[in-house]
Amino acid sequence: MRPILMKGHERPLTFLKYNRDGDLLFSCAKDHTPTVWFADNGERLGTYRGHNGAVWSCDVSRDSTMLITGSADQTAKLWNVQTGTQLYTFNFDSPARSVDLAVGDKLVVITSDPFMDVTSAIHVKRIASDPSNQTGESVLILKGPQGRINRAVWGPLNRTIVSAGEDAVVRIWDSETGKLLKESDKETGHKKTITSLAKAADGSHFLTGSLDKSAKLWDTRTLTLIKTYVTERPVNAVAMSPLLDHVVLGGGQDASAVTTTDHRAGKFEAKFYDKTLTEEIGGVKGHFGPINALAFNPDGKSFSSGGEDGYVRLHHFDPDYFNIKI
Amino acid sequence: MADVLIMNEIEATVGRLGIDLSQVDYDSIRLPPGEDFGIVSDDDDVYQDDQLEFDSGFGNIIVVDNLPVVPREKYEKLEGVIRKIYSQIGVIKEEGLWMPVDPESHKTLGYCFIEYNTPQEAEVAREKTNGYKLDRAHVFVVNMFDDFEKYMKVPDEWAPPEFKPYTPGENLQKWLTDEKARDQFVFRAGQDTEVHWNDARQAKTELVYKRAYWTESFVQWSPLGTYLATVHRQGAAVWGGATTFNRLMRYAHSQVKLIDFSPGEKYLVTYSSHEPSNPRDANRVVINIFDVRTGKVMRDFKGSADEFAIGGTGGVAGVSWPIFRWGGGKEDNYFAKLGKNMISVYETETFSLIDKKSLKVENVVDFCWSPTDPILSLFVPELGGGNQPARVSLVQIPSKEELRQKNLFSVSDCKMYWQSNGDYLAVKVDRYTKTKKSTYTGFELFRIKERDIPIEVLELDNKNDKIIAFAWEPKGHRFAVIHGDNPRPDVSFYSMRTANNTGRVSKLTTLKGKQANALFWSPAGRFIVLAGLKGFNGQLEFYNVEELETMATAEHFMATDIEWDPTGRYVATSVTSVHEMENGFNIWSFNGKLLYRILKDHFFQFLWRPRPPSFLTPEKEEEISKNLKKYSKKYELEDQDVSMLLSEQEREKRRMLKEEWEKWVSEWKLLHEEEKLERQKLRDGEASDEEEEYQAREIEVEELLEVSEEVLSFEFGQE
Repeated sequence: MRPILMKGHERPLTFLKYNRDGDLLFSCAKDHTPTVWFADNGERLGTYRGHNGAVWSCDVSRDSTMLITGSADQTAKLWNVQTGTQLYTFNFDSPARSVDLAVGDKLVVITSDPFMDVTSAIHVKRIASDPSNQTGESVLILKGPQGRINRAVWGPLNRTIVSAGEDAVVRIWDSETGKLLKESDKETGHKKTITSLAKAADGSHFLTGSLDKSAKLWDTRTLTLIKTYVTERPVNAVAMSPLLDHVVLGGGQDASAVTTTDHRAGKFEAKFYDKTLTEEIGGVKGHFGPINALAFNPDGKSFSSGGEDGYVRLHHFDPDYFNIKI
Repeated sequence: MADVLIMNEIEATVGRLGIDLSQVDYDSIRLPPGEDFGIVSDDDDVYQDDQLEFDSGFGNIIVVDNLPVVPREKYEKLEGVIRKIYSQIGVIKEEGLWMPVDPESHKTLGYCFIEYNTPQEAEVAREKTNGYKLDRAHVFVVNMFDDFEKYMKVPDEWAPPEFKPYTPGENLQKWLTDEKARDQFVFRAGQDTEVHWNDARQAKTELVYKRAYWTESFVQWSPLGTYLATVHRQGAAVWGGATTFNRLMRYAHSQVKLIDFSPGEKYLVTYSSHEPSNPRDANRVVINIFDVRTGKVMRDFKGSADEFAIGGTGGVAGVSWPIFRWGGGKEDNYFAKLGKNMISVYETETFSLIDKKSLKVENVVDFCWSPTDPILSLFVPELGGGNQPARVSLVQIPSKEELRQKNLFSVSDCKMYWQSNGDYLAVKVDRYTKTKKSTYTGFELFRIKERDIPIEVLELDNKNDKIIAFAWEPKGHRFAVIHGDNPRPDVSFYSMRTANNTGRVSKLTTLKGKQANALFWSPAGRFIVLAGLKGFNGQLEFYNVEELETMATAEHFMATDIEWDPTGRYVATSVTSVHEMENGFNIWSFNGKLLYRILKDHFFQFLWRPRPPSFLTPEKEEEISKNLKKYSKKYELEDQDVSMLLSEQEREKRRMLKEEWEKWVSEWKLLHEEEKLERQKLRDGEASDEEEEYQAREIEVEELLEVSEEVLSFEFGQE
């Protein structure tokens, strides 16, 4: 079907997130206002005003009442989804990059960037059930990895935290003690910055995308490398279909090289791969710039992509898609 | 310890003399020269320097023999003559010329010693003056002083040289005996150079040999494919062997930049250009011609870059490479170089000029060898403001006899294209129009193999069309031309021989508006790839000239290079590192089907390994192509087997992958189930984990928007 072009952001997109029901789509961009859309028709529902810098990522609670966003203004904010009011602001000493709510929505993991003398860190915060009791105290702070941590997410039963970033290593930490449990192998792992990380619906495995022009599928519990998907471009965003055994990779050449090359050379396509055979199935063109964010609707029947061009494209699959045989 | 002792002694002496050491200015002390008062200097360098003088030995001394024997009166005169000769070459050391005199007769002994400052000068002096004719009776014999020892050691008795048993070498052409008749290619990507088989049936490659840092600049196959040449700072090397690649020979040539094989790969020409010590001088050029098999230097040429830069300043380092063009087909009999007002033709029997002199041609600017026969075609532009016409001539070598000549008027430029069998020569002539403001192009076509070499003139339908590319069909009678000025030029095909018109050139067809700027004929003829490189982003059209039909159109985005495999079965298109993205190569079948593609970052070079010409007679080849069905049966069966095997393998692979994946999934399901309760607890007892536990309820909500009352007039009598 024709994609729905959602114009609402003035700057490149950074992150996309569907709520659990799949009726709302939250988008973050380098402009300062996260936006919520109807996931079906792409109508804009509202914005969350209050950040003073690029917004890097967001997460929404299971019951779709609370939104958390991480921003370059060195804060992470809690919002009321329905009214758009700010509930709480976590302050950091450096930009907040990634946020992820734990199962049960009582804990959140937030990563902060290295900035001036401050090194990058992973913070675990408690979310109070009543926003008025909310405090900014950290339950746990993890430090160690060099460079930016681009993504940190919860492992099964909130027992572990999986992190990945500029040093190209995937790490699994104990979320209780803060001990480093596992590290991905330098030989088989990524060779360049890991830009994105997406969990499977049941959290059993996850996919990482890297500037080394590949994406890799890992087992969340053992950190076993299961698959590698090789592409021609640096990968900026990854997503996995909850319905079919498909993975989507988005990316493109460096934004700085865009103006000097033909638009076809950029390959700003969302590429579909068969999850088990690691073979390319097809691609979805459209963005005039690299793809920075990808998300699948939880029902697996539509997906959306956010680009450097500032647009969100919402794609509902044609019936043919569900009968692809290779 | 010695130092300490000395210091103690000094202190004792100082104490005796009553001098305060701290007041002494050491720099003011001057010792008489050559006297150190027994104090050993700790400056090691001083001694090292002296040592070096001795170590250099007598390498800088030459011995000149066969001098005239002169009495004392004439001694000075002879010395003056010798000094004059030898000081031209280098600086003779002070008192470096010594001519011994017989103490009894006071006559010279007929030889002298000359000492230069450096061994290099001595070497040059020996090279240049050995055999120097002072007069008829006195021909100099010059030797290095150091060599005397060597020559003295020559035993008086002749001993038979040691007999080495013959060891058969490797079969360097083993690759031709491949069972599946595959071809090899080499490519360079990153620091690796790799040789692969093109296994097109299985749509993949098979590695033969891979080596990191195999070459320092590029690699090159010899023309018959026997050797792979690599280029290094110290020189060039060739590699080959039956199964792998071993180094067969090295050719020392420091800072070699370019190499070129003779067509029969007997000789290798290497070229280097060196920065001069004086910035006003031109670069110094060194060219060596090696025998490929023995590694011996057959001839070397040295000179300034200006001497070698005649005939266009194109190519690398200001020379048009190859400087020496090989002629006479695969026999490697002749090679020639363009000079000012001459063409220097050498023969490989003696490696000297034919008849000891160059071929004088006033103002010659370009020449070409016939690919098969010892015939030169050369071009001389207009002279004297158009009074003397330009001309193209064909010259037979070694007789230097002019076979044919054609005068041409108002010519601006000329390009010569030989057909690969040497049957035809096409000369593209750019002429001025009457106003001299623009040029138009025509072709002069020479039929070399016919009596008297008839010449035919061909002009395009539209005379003003610019010629973008021209190419002969290899071994055939046809040629293709891309012409036109607009962004989508036309492609025309001509034949030198048609069924009803044997003696005349005739047009076969013109394809209008093609996105093409380069022509690539299949080495077997008949098929051609019309390619749009550079500006056209890699458009490809596979065209059958026999049937005059397009077989396929395709695109290899940004393709920079196209090369047919030597059999004409496959085409390789590659994107080299001039582009940042998409580096790698595609392999296509001759009819334009993409077989497979391989991506490699920093891709530099792709070369098919050439094959030597077939041993089959033309009659036999004709017979095979006529009865192709009969011969191909066997291969079709093989193809079928392979494709069966392939799909079988593919199925097996997929099954394995699927099974493996399902194992993972079932394991995850199990774990997920196990953790279900704990997860519920984390969610404060909320049960729903899976979508199935969802319940869709339809809720009807009625909303009262507006209530209004209106009195309607009711009229009777309507029923």
